[in-house]
Amino acid sequence: MTASNAAMTISPQDAQKYEEKEFGFWLYLMSDAIIFALLFATYLVMVGNAAGGSTGKELFSLERAAGETALLLLSSTTFGLAAVALSSADRAKVLLWLAITFALGAGFIFLEIGEFRGMIDQGAGPDRSGFLSAFFTLVGTHGLHVSVGLSWIAVMIGQVLFKGLTVPVASRLMRLGLFWHFLDIIWVVIFSVVYLPGLL
Amino acid sequence: MNVTSGIPVERTAKPYLIGIVLAVTLTAIPFALVALGTFTRETTLLVIVAAAVIQILVHLRFFLHIDFATTPRENLIALAFACVLIFLMVGGSLWIMFDLYHRMMV
Repeated sequence: MTASNAAMTISPQDAQKYEEKEFGFWLYLMSDAIIFALLFATYLVMVGNAAGGSTGKELFSLERAAGETALLLLSSTTFGLAAVALSSADRAKVLLWLAITFALGAGFIFLEIGEFRGMIDQGAGPDRSGFLSAFFTLVGTHGLHVSVGLSWIAVMIGQVLFKGLTVPVASRLMRLGLFWHFLDIIWVVIFSVVYLPGLL
Repeated sequence: MNVTSGIPVERTAKPYLIGIVLAVTLTAIPFALVALGTFTRETTLLVIVAAAVIQILVHLRFFLHIDFATTPRENLIALAFACVLIFLMVGGSLWIMFDLYHRMMV
């Protein structure tokens, strides 16, 4: 069941190759951070422009935001535990923690879709005001990233099942980890900029 | 396997457990303040911002394992450059837009 550690030893050339891939992925994350920063700036400029419609105080729910936060924070930790299991080449545990991370992330998306649907049903969709356009763009972009991350986790569960814990698979899991933890940081900024001040 | 091989080398769960405890604390404080409404709006906003900044640093350190000893220098430079760009673009946008807003009000 467990892959031997011999499969994980890599030559110096390969080490450099994976290091370069990780650096390239890091550059992508940094440019993604800049996209989010601009969406945050747009939101802060637009937040007062409710056009006579509902404001954050009426639309947001502290309980739901706390639930979404808890799911995402926990999923970051469970992904970390998958990475720990990976370095001891424990395939069963890697799969278990990845599956738990997937479930927590899916729970987050479920809550978020419920929130968006509830808002649209009360006539507070993205077309209602500048505030809501900015809100749906910012939070929706994050949700889209999490959904992409979920598909990536599903693909990696498949790769661990069928390819085992090979060096390329381990390297992909590491980049997936960077992506997943990065999305958690963006969420910290979302609840600190959107939900908490909106409900204050 | 060395540290910069691009392959995870996390042997223990300790950083993640420290990270989650700190992150939960730093999340609970601002949520509790908003729920209870103990302080004035300004004080609460200040606490929210402070907790968020510290929590971002906690995530970078304990989840993304950024530190000055083992993280490759190019990665740190890219991170620092992204911070500069974010500061200029967010700060600049808000400065210009709110300045414009106040001038339109007069």
